[in-house]
Amino acid sequence: MKAETGSRAVDPLLFDWPASEPALKASRCLDCGALAFPAGTSCRRCGALKVAQETLPRRGRLWAWTIQRFMPKAPYRSAESAATFTPYGLGYVELPGALCIESRLTENDPGKLRIGLEMELIIYPQWLEEDGTAVMNFAFSPIASKRASRP
Amino acid sequence: MRVAIVGIGIHKFGRTPELSGVQQGACAARRALEDAGLQWRDMQFGYGGSYSAGNADALGNEMGLTGMPFTNVLNGCATGGSALLAACREIQSGAADVGIVVGFDKHDRGAFNASPAEYGLGAWYGEVGMMVTTQFFAMKLQRYMHEYNISVDTLARVAEKAYQNGALNPNAWRRTPLGLEEIKRSPIVNDPLTKYMFCSPAEGAVALVLCREDRAHRHATKPVFVSAGVMRTRLAGAFEVYGPTVSLAPVANATELASRAAYEMAGLGPGDIDVAALQDTESGAEIMHMAENGFCAHGEQERLLREGDTRITGRLPINTDGGCLANGEPIGASGLRQIHECVLQLRGAAGQRQVPHEIKTAYTHVYGAPGVSAVTILQK
Repeated sequence: MKAETGSRAVDPLLFDWPASEPALKASRCLDCGALAFPAGTSCRRCGALKVAQETLPRRGRLWAWTIQRFMPKAPYRSAESAATFTPYGLGYVELPGALCIESRLTENDPGKLRIGLEMELIIYPQWLEEDGTAVMNFAFSPIASKRASRP
Repeated sequence: MRVAIVGIGIHKFGRTPELSGVQQGACAARRALEDAGLQWRDMQFGYGGSYSAGNADALGNEMGLTGMPFTNVLNGCATGGSALLAACREIQSGAADVGIVVGFDKHDRGAFNASPAEYGLGAWYGEVGMMVTTQFFAMKLQRYMHEYNISVDTLARVAEKAYQNGALNPNAWRRTPLGLEEIKRSPIVNDPLTKYMFCSPAEGAVALVLCREDRAHRHATKPVFVSAGVMRTRLAGAFEVYGPTVSLAPVANATELASRAAYEMAGLGPGDIDVAALQDTESGAEIMHMAENGFCAHGEQERLLREGDTRITGRLPINTDGGCLANGEPIGASGLRQIHECVLQLRGAAGQRQVPHEIKTAYTHVYGAPGVSAVTILQK
């Protein structure tokens, strides 16, 4: 990761970057207790305006998944072309006591993905801007094969 | 007071490069008016919508600019259902006696590419590759298969049935029957779904002429009545399209909310339904929607599909016109296509695909982004 040469979070609302232990940022309603990601300025369940920020657990279990096998049209952004597109995994990860979060997965081999798999948050570069700035996104990675592949 | 459907018209689904979406809508409108024995100038109001083919009130340029009130409806996959509901209320309120509902569309090839901003989502959601409807259906299905032991064979059986029914429907797009193995072995699009298990964005148009219940027999020998029409949006925490999160505790989805409300409105239950049209943007959607609309227990679909219960000759025929799988998905038209097919079935006028047993009650259901559903219950 190229924090030293310039990188930024794809959206600063999602996680703080650079950070040594990045975590996803959520909001909790002070009236009804509902948790929301991405963080909102009001509650997605009851509409109350009083919300507090909190961070989500960094580890969880795979709850649902698929492999994206065709390159999405715009607004999808990556360094790839249709010819060099590599299918990517995505899923929902169940974060204990919090929420299931929809996320890119670092694994794209369906044989290596199963519901219940232990997963951990990582931050990876999704695309490079013209000035070389790496635009960082979050993904979840199977804990055993954490560094096996790039999303 | 119920509202009567006294005229139906359809323009063939699929690809029609020589006609704009609006022109296809006008074709459907002319056929619906002819079916009801009425003229465009007799219409006291119109409701209609398209997602990609322009404002529905542009129909006036084709049909005649009569000064009538015409309201454009833009409600995703619930566009047709929402237009029909608004039209029903127009008549039930006493404001009008007769009017028209039109849905049409004309989409580019390939998957939809919606704008995150239009759905209240940050740009990041699309930039990182999560703003793709097919992913949602695949992930929901993957979870469902895990929880309820649904097999890939069952997914293929739904698609096989759709193309068989499409082959019997002159207005369908995909009219070539495909075998189970061919469906299973076509390229995977989003695991576990293959190319032939998905519908494609397409073109097409449907129109309905509606009137007061007590005038139905003036315009139709076999009117069909709207016993319930309901549209619902999502609840916080439900598992829905373009949803960055799902709550840990299960929450009823938009389909379940709309379905329950429709049964309650009609005073009927799933056991009263003789024929159904359920949103089948992919074959897993039809399977999940069977249970969510109350037609079976979760997991029971495995046996029902194996035994052919949802075929035209089965106990509860589903998507007798081939559904979205065989007709494609023109968003503005699909909901009204379901109603068009159910009216044909209730009239006994569905030709080669007519359900052979006596039918009195039909059910239609659409579902789409970002968690909207519309359900109608129709009766003779």
